[in-house]
Order: sequence, then C-alpha cells, then structure tokens
Amino acid sequence: MTLQTAMSTTGVAPSGADRVSRREPSAVLRMSEAEAAEIGGDPDDPGDDELVLLNMGPSHPSTHGVLRLMLELSGETVLRSKPVIGYLHTGMEKTGENLTYLQGGTNVTRMDYASPLFNELAFSLATERLLGIEVPERATWIRMLMCELNRVSSHLLFMATNGMDLGAVSMMIYGWREREEVLRFFEKVTGLRMNHNYIRPGGVAADLPADWRTDVARLIELIEPRLEEYDTLLTGQPIWRERLQGVGVISVAEALALGATGPILRGAGMAWDLRRDEPYLFYDQVDFDVIVGTHGDCYDRYAIRLNEIRESLRIVAQIIEAMPSGDYRVQDKKVTPPPRSRIDASMEALIHHFKIFTEGFKVPPGEAYAAVESPRGELGVYLVSDGTSVPYRVHVRAPSFINLQTLPHLMQNGLIADGVAIISSVDPIMGEVDR
Amino acid sequence: MTERYGAPVGDGRPSRGQAVIHPSPSQWLDVAAAARADGFDQLVDLTAVDYLTYGADRSLPEGVQPERFEVVASLMSHARLERLRMRVQVSADDPALPTLFDLWPGSESLEREVYDMFGIAFEGHPDLSRILMPEDWPGNPLRKDYDSGRIPVQFKAASNVR
Amino acid sequence: MGVGNQIEELRERGLEGIQHNFMTARLESLVKWSRARSCWPATFGLACCAIEMMATGAAHYDLARYGMEVFRASPRQADLMIVAGRVSQKMAPVLRQIYDQMMEPKWVISMGVCASSGGMFNNYAIVQGVDQVVPVDVYAPGCPPGPETLMHAIFTLHQEILSGELLARRAAGESGGAGITVQQIDGQTATATIRREHD
Repeated sequence: MTLQTAMSTTGVAPSGADRVSRREPSAVLRMSEAEAAEIGGDPDDPGDDELVLLNMGPSHPSTHGVLRLMLELSGETVLRSKPVIGYLHTGMEKTGENLTYLQGGTNVTRMDYASPLFNELAFSLATERLLGIEVPERATWIRMLMCELNRVSSHLLFMATNGMDLGAVSMMIYGWREREEVLRFFEKVTGLRMNHNYIRPGGVAADLPADWRTDVARLIELIEPRLEEYDTLLTGQPIWRERLQGVGVISVAEALALGATGPILRGAGMAWDLRRDEPYLFYDQVDFDVIVGTHGDCYDRYAIRLNEIRESLRIVAQIIEAMPSGDYRVQDKKVTPPPRSRIDASMEALIHHFKIFTEGFKVPPGEAYAAVESPRGELGVYLVSDGTSVPYRVHVRAPSFINLQTLPHLMQNGLIADGVAIISSVDPIMGEVDR
Repeated sequence: MTERYGAPVGDGRPSRGQAVIHPSPSQWLDVAAAARADGFDQLVDLTAVDYLTYGADRSLPEGVQPERFEVVASLMSHARLERLRMRVQVSADDPALPTLFDLWPGSESLEREVYDMFGIAFEGHPDLSRILMPEDWPGNPLRKDYDSGRIPVQFKAASNVR
Repeated sequence: MGVGNQIEELRERGLEGIQHNFMTARLESLVKWSRARSCWPATFGLACCAIEMMATGAAHYDLARYGMEVFRASPRQADLMIVAGRVSQKMAPVLRQIYDQMMEPKWVISMGVCASSGGMFNNYAIVQGVDQVVPVDVYAPGCPPGPETLMHAIFTLHQEILSGELLARRAAGESGGAGITVQQIDGQTATATIRREHD
C-alpha cells in the first residue's frame, strides 16, 4: 500500500489507516516510524502489482566494474536479484591455449587485476606440478613476499572502494594513498605497477633489488600505523557500523553450498585458509592467524580484510628475516633461459634463449590443479597438457566468479541501499568473474 | 583401491598424484551424491575439456570409454582436508549430463559457463542459459573447432607446435 | 546603470573610467578554453585500466589539479569518455549507448592497448579496437598505462581541444573518428550489429 492510498482512506478502515485519515495530509511527515510502517504495509508480503523490476548496471559507479544486476523490488526491499555477467568476457581461457607456458603468465595476470601476482602464482604452481620441478628456496620466499604485499595492496583497494561505496570518501583517498606505496615497490621489483608477469614457471623473473629489505621495512612501518587510523575513522564509528552490521548475512552452511571461499566463508565463521590448511610455498614456516568472523555480515567481511592486512604485514616481517640467499629461478636448462651475461659470450646460450622464448619448453602430458588463497578466496588453475609447449586447456577457478553466486542470497529482503554495501563487501573483480 | 563410490579410480601418474575418479555419465549423479554424503561438502570447481585435437595418450583407466568432451568437477572435504576430482566422459553426439545443482547449489554458475563455452547441457539446471557470451551468440567458444582469432595478425613469430 | 550607459561611458572616458580588471578574447577561444578546462570524465572503467584511472584521480596523482576529479556517473553530465580497459563484444553496444547519451561536444580517450587495438587479446570475445564502436580522439598506450601516461593523454586532448583541430576534423569526416574499418573473418561480429542499431 502506498502512502497516497493510505492517506485517502476514510474513517471506516482499520486502525492504522484510520489514524492517518484524521490528520491533515502533511501530517504524514510527522509520523513515527512505527506508524509509518503500519500504513506502509508489510514488505514481506507485497501484492503482485507493486513489484518493480530494476536494472542496475553494467555501467554503474557502485557495481565495481561492469556488473549488471536485475533487481525485483517491492518498494525499497529487494526480493530477488540476478547478477548478469559477461560484459568483460575476454576469452582468456581460449587465448591461454595459444600461448606457451612461459607466455601464459602475461595472460592470466590480467584476470584478477587487483591481485595479479596470485594469478601468476597459481598458474606457475600448476605448470610446475605438471613439469615435476621444485623451485629454489629463495624463489619461493620471494613469491611469498610479493604475494603477501599484493594481498595488502588488494585489501587496501577494497578498503578504498568499500569506503567510497558507503560514502566515506576520505577512506578512498587514504586507501589509494597507501596502495600507491606498495605499487611503488612492485614497480621497483617487477618494472610494472600491475600485471607484472613476475612469477613464472620455475621461479620469478628477476631477483629482488639490493636494498629491498629497507624498502619493505619502510612499507611495514608506514602502513601499520595507518591501519590504526582506519580503525579510528571507520571501525568504531557508529554510522559505519550501522551501515554494515547485520547487512548481507550468510551462514557457513550456505556459504559452503554456494561454493564461497575467502573472506565470505571466513566471515561466516569457518576458519578456512588454504595458506594454513593446505600449505603451499613456505606458509607452514611462518606464524600468522586466520581471521574469522562470527555474524557473516558485511561488517565481519570488512573487519576480516582489515585484519588480514595486519597478518600479511606480520608474515612479510618474518620473510625479511627468513629470506635465504640463493637462486631466484630453477637451474633447469629446459625451463630456464640462460643468464644475460652468457648470451653475449656464447652462441649456444643465444640459441637456447631464443628457443625458450619462441618455442617454449615442452610439458609432459597430464592434468593438474593447483590452488592458492588469493585475497578473494580459492584461486585455482586447472591445466591439461598434451606434451607440447602450449597448454591444451587452461581453466581458472576464479573466486570472484563463484563468490558472486552468493549475491542474490545476501541481498534478499535487504534494502536496495544495502545492496551497494553488499556488492562492495563481496569484492568481486570483474576481470576475474568474466575472464 | 581401484574403485571409489563405484567409479574407477584414475592412475595417479597423469594427474601428478592428485585423486581422480572416472564415473560414467549414468553414474555421475550417484557418485556425486555418494561423495557428498561422504563429507565432500563443497563443489570447488566444475569445468570441461574438449579433447577433439588432443595428441597425447589420454591415460584413462581401463573400461572408461574416451569421448570428445570431459567434464571435470573438483570436490573438497573440509573436515578431512581432502580433494577429489571427478572426470566424466561426455559424448559429442549428445552432450548432456544431469545437473549437480541439487547437491551443491554452487554449481549453478559453473554449469552455465560450461553450457555457454562447450554447449554441454545440464539436465535439471534451474536456469540453463548463456552466462558470459551475449544471448544470441553463435557457437561455443572453448570448443576446439571454434576459431580463436577474429582478425588475422599478419606478423607472427615462430609458429606454435600445434 | 544599463549596459548601454556603460558602453556610452566607455566611449566618452576610455579605459580610465573602468574600476575593475578585464580581459578581452575572441569568443571562440574563450569557448575552447572553457571546454578544455572543465572536461568532466564519465566513469567508464572496464578492466585493469580502470584501477589506474582511479589511481590517477586519487591523492598521489590528483587529477583535481586540472579540474577533472569529478567523474560523473551520468553520461549526461560528462564531456569525456575514458574507455579504460578491454571492450568485449557484449559490452560494445552498452558502450555505444553511453556514448550516444553524452552531450556534444564530447571526447573519447582510448586508454590502454586493449581498448586501442584489442591488445594481446586477439580473440572472439574482444572488440579489436574501440574505434570501431566510437570515434576516438586520443590513444593512450600501455598495459595498463600508468597514471602519468593517462595524464599525458589528457593533456594532449586538452591541447587538441584548444586548437580546435578535432572538431574541424570531425565536421569534415563522416564518422568523425579514425575511420578505420577492419574486415572480420566470419562477418558475424557484434560490431556489425552495433552499426545496424545506431545508424
């Protein structure tokens, strides 16, 4: 029942409308919330004729890229919703079938562009599993260092966009400010701010610069106190809590059934983190906590990501101590190009280098799946090889794609304004959703 | 152990030691239900492979008839920290499988993606429609007989092996 | 005191009678100047480049210095579309629709190699250059272009607006854009559909 019809009802109607009819028309503005709810009808039981279908996106500022949502609304309440995706479909899995294993990194790194190093890592781990090679210790530690810093930058990006979506625009500026510092280090190491193609099958593309310890220590020193600022700005702030707490609730059973991983699953209360539960790299040698929520709402997902930044920094600090000397890539002639210095001196080295970069290295036939814990959940790569230097099939289990399935569930019976908070808290990266 | 939930267990060698079972299409739903009942509480991944131009030996266990398509589902048991992969052969003549939606609702998007990219239908799926490509798109892009490129690139490096 | 009186006074007493500062300019230059200095971009982030575009607007690079920090959500309020990222066949009609909703004069920056030429994704899914869908004024190379590159592209656009070159070229040509037509392999692409819909 709309407000207009309520006001025109005459005195014979039941109590709620009865009270309204005895007021002047403008008096409705002075109603208490309870009174307004009474005449507003029950949002859970709408008449068919009051449903509104609303299209949101694919170009909408709060949908994080090109996500389109079809919403079925009753007033402000979302009854059903359906994400429509594919607006950024890039055909990467098909392109991956035309690129060698060495080139594959350039392809997959562009999927989840907020955390590109994780894509490369999963792809490299799957390739290495097929090849049956072990990467040197230093390369593994470098991978861990870079990935944890990437987790920091990715979660900072989340903090920024989450703040922006909910109107805390200053948080956006702060999030970008800190992220820029991390990117500066990435640029120094990999040459690029994003889409690095740094982690490659067999190791990493280049060794860390000589003064990396100073840089990383400075990063930790810089970001840690800023996290306290975020706490002051957002965590305890009543408006922030009001907007997030109890919004978009999901239980563990529901999250598991829908395939959700990462902060969504942890927010619901399940301590599941591949770094701890299925250790890859050297995560079993560092000390960190898996952050778990209790309510499964947007606030928990926010708090988990904020605290995961702290845990990542804790891991990074341990990596500074633990980093061994040694090689940054495996010295397997089949996989690794010769060092630059030898190319100038030796004809064989030049030919070898040329062969590796044009033809690539052959990978024995078979199939393998490798998964890592990306900032968004389980990021897996399924590779099928037919014995050539080009993968026969590259499939990426993209966490955002699967987490997006929880969206209709999270948004059901919520308000449309909360929908923005929910999309933001799922933190989908559309490049990864659509691939 | 050569059978699990009634399906042949794959040779660990081509799968690099990862646990794989090969149910037949008629077994698909029963095997999945048995795995679900046995504690595999999450469907992690579901995808397909088109083996049309596969040059190497498929190394399937005895009694499994190789077909053009293969649907691959990865399961996870959180209690036992165990993963299991189910690979099912799907014929090119009638590319269809029963849906896993009733066991794991999370298969919804994944099955739609396989339907979109490979044209494999999942019977009983609540909303089997294209998910990534436009609705009126002709063909299934990830099939091996579907061309990858749209515009020929004149300059090319050494040709790929395949 | 009406304008007529002011002019009269100016005639009689010359510039000495005027109490405030003023500038003279040709109206055309003034219009060009104001167009270049209040170029509001539409939020049209697609992929990786969108992240760099947002970084350009944030504190470090601070696009606000050039009067461009207001990314408008509505195409009706925007002059500039920065196509930031790869344009898929599914997105192309949407992109064109948003472009059509923008008010003249409008400008397009194609940010990154994917938007400019399809980049490394020469496949069925990606439009091989957004100039097949909308006329592009400035191409920014890079994958993704750093904020510096994007800012350079924006400055280039500002200069082009100031010179009036773009509008003259647009008036001369039929499509106004780069005028590139690319033969597709199988002739059943979404690009063809777009042309049908909007011509």
